[in-house]
Amino acid sequence: MNNVLVYCELSEKNTIADISLELCTKGRQLASRLGCRLQAAVLGSDVKAAAESLYPYGVDDVFLSDDRRLSPYRTLPHFDVLSKLIQREQPQIVLFGASSVGRDLAPRIASFLRCGLTADCTQLEIGSHEDPKTGKAYENILLQIRPAFGGNIIATIVCPETRPQMATVREGVMKKEIFDAAYRGTIIPVAVEASLDAADRAVEILSREIEERKVDIKGAQIIVAGGYGMGSKENFQLLHQFARLIGGSVGATRAAVDAGFTEPERQIGQTGVTVRPKLYIACGISGAVQHRAGMEQSAKIISINTDPDAPINAIADYTIVGDVMTVIPQFMACYKNNLK
Amino acid sequence: MSYKIVVLAKQVPDTHNVGADAMNADGTVNRAALPTVFNPEDLKALEMALQVKDRVPGSTVTVVTMGPPRAAEIIRDARSRGADDGIVLSDMRFAGADTLATSYALSQLIRQLGPVDLIFGGRQAIDGDTAQVGPQVAEKLEIPQVTYAEELLDIADGTITIRRRLERGTECVKAQLPVLVTVTSAATDCRFPNIHRMFRQAGEEVRVMNADGIDADMERLGMKGSPTKVKKIENVVLAHKESRVLEPTEAALNELSATLIREHIL
Repeated sequence: MNNVLVYCELSEKNTIADISLELCTKGRQLASRLGCRLQAAVLGSDVKAAAESLYPYGVDDVFLSDDRRLSPYRTLPHFDVLSKLIQREQPQIVLFGASSVGRDLAPRIASFLRCGLTADCTQLEIGSHEDPKTGKAYENILLQIRPAFGGNIIATIVCPETRPQMATVREGVMKKEIFDAAYRGTIIPVAVEASLDAADRAVEILSREIEERKVDIKGAQIIVAGGYGMGSKENFQLLHQFARLIGGSVGATRAAVDAGFTEPERQIGQTGVTVRPKLYIACGISGAVQHRAGMEQSAKIISINTDPDAPINAIADYTIVGDVMTVIPQFMACYKNNLK
Repeated sequence: MSYKIVVLAKQVPDTHNVGADAMNADGTVNRAALPTVFNPEDLKALEMALQVKDRVPGSTVTVVTMGPPRAAEIIRDARSRGADDGIVLSDMRFAGADTLATSYALSQLIRQLGPVDLIFGGRQAIDGDTAQVGPQVAEKLEIPQVTYAEELLDIADGTITIRRRLERGTECVKAQLPVLVTVTSAATDCRFPNIHRMFRQAGEEVRVMNADGIDADMERLGMKGSPTKVKKIENVVLAHKESRVLEPTEAALNELSATLIREHIL
């Protein structure tokens, strides 16, 4: 009872998704801090091997529900099993990936349990809280930290009165790390109930088309990223040439994606991908906090911007004050010369 | 067979046009200083609702929104694009509502409208990006949900067929009505307002309802009904790195590229 629970998503290959392994790593830290167990919920079909693969991440118990109606993921069957499991087990914290699955399931669960849910957290910590009105003190609660409104502020959200405390986290924000390769947990089978029949009938999957990931910036060592300051879709092409020359990948800010300069898969930041390359070249990016949340752990940062006071410059190792459309071709020419 | 359709919409600050006066000195949001827009994905949801209405004549589209009285602007906008009706849910008792309290208020309003076949809403609003209200309204009304919808494929015999986005790819799903559908930015753009309707709308009244009209438990509204509390707001203070500012001269760029190559970064 009152443990930390991670809802685990499955990949198309029926293995545990990376986002869920990242959450287990974070969940292990939280559970150790709280002195409770780390538990995982795995719902799917033929998923015993996947469940056992969680142990090295420090998972103590895996609640395993194995039923063909649970695969592929659909809202109501997973809701039926997970909501009952949470009601029975009373975890104090439940973590979900901020993926298309987690963002579909977590709010429905939170609504059903009438508890709080904080989306897209960038940090999760255990701490205390005092209610400013009542003066009531709360110990060892989940501090859910995320950038908010316009990126000008960082908000710490708490849910002092309701349990479980629930949060979603984007893929790549937390680090996935083996806790102990020899760690062994136990599997606790969870039987599905008759109510799954009705849940099964509501929505039928007619067909699925799985795409290979076309753009993979998560693992790139060099990233050339463009912001709204690139000005146009045509100008964005220059970033592709630049990236090709130096062996990098092209990323973008949300403003650039919203403006239609490039594909959403390239978006870096709180609501996109988090990256940690060895070199990040920010081109025409002002540096809203949501964007910085997704790239500030880059080893080296170069900013190219006409605005000498752009917020991104504060975290850049080098700031080149100038127009991207002039500076990039110049830099490319210098680079080619220096390679000779 | 015609359908009764509800569209959930929100008037949001235009976060793409945030100016220097957008934040108050105490770190709260100065909403008055921000221009407002029809939340983009809610417009896409309206379009999908209107597509159902096109296919099934006799269907009605009612847009509901929660917000200040000025949110009537988006109801007028929606009506000039083809919605039949709209309601603004406005009351100071809703102030400070998180997604749970918001979805409760909206679901209570929808209950007042009688049996509804379809509810469409944007996947998320640009001022919060939580994507929670849609699924939470569906849960409160105890109906299924289809999130991340990109395209309406079919509506027939009390079922709707939709193509929706997955993390890697898409799937086509067929759902029994009633169902709530959340629509992403990849869906069809909303049709333009009809100029004649637009002029007619300008002076039209918009129905406004308050907390008394939705048979709500007052404990579940506004800040009181919101389990999430803001513990702390920090203005972002940038820790300055040791940063070198370079003029875009050939010599400086040459030196920088040489340094990066020497340090095996490039």
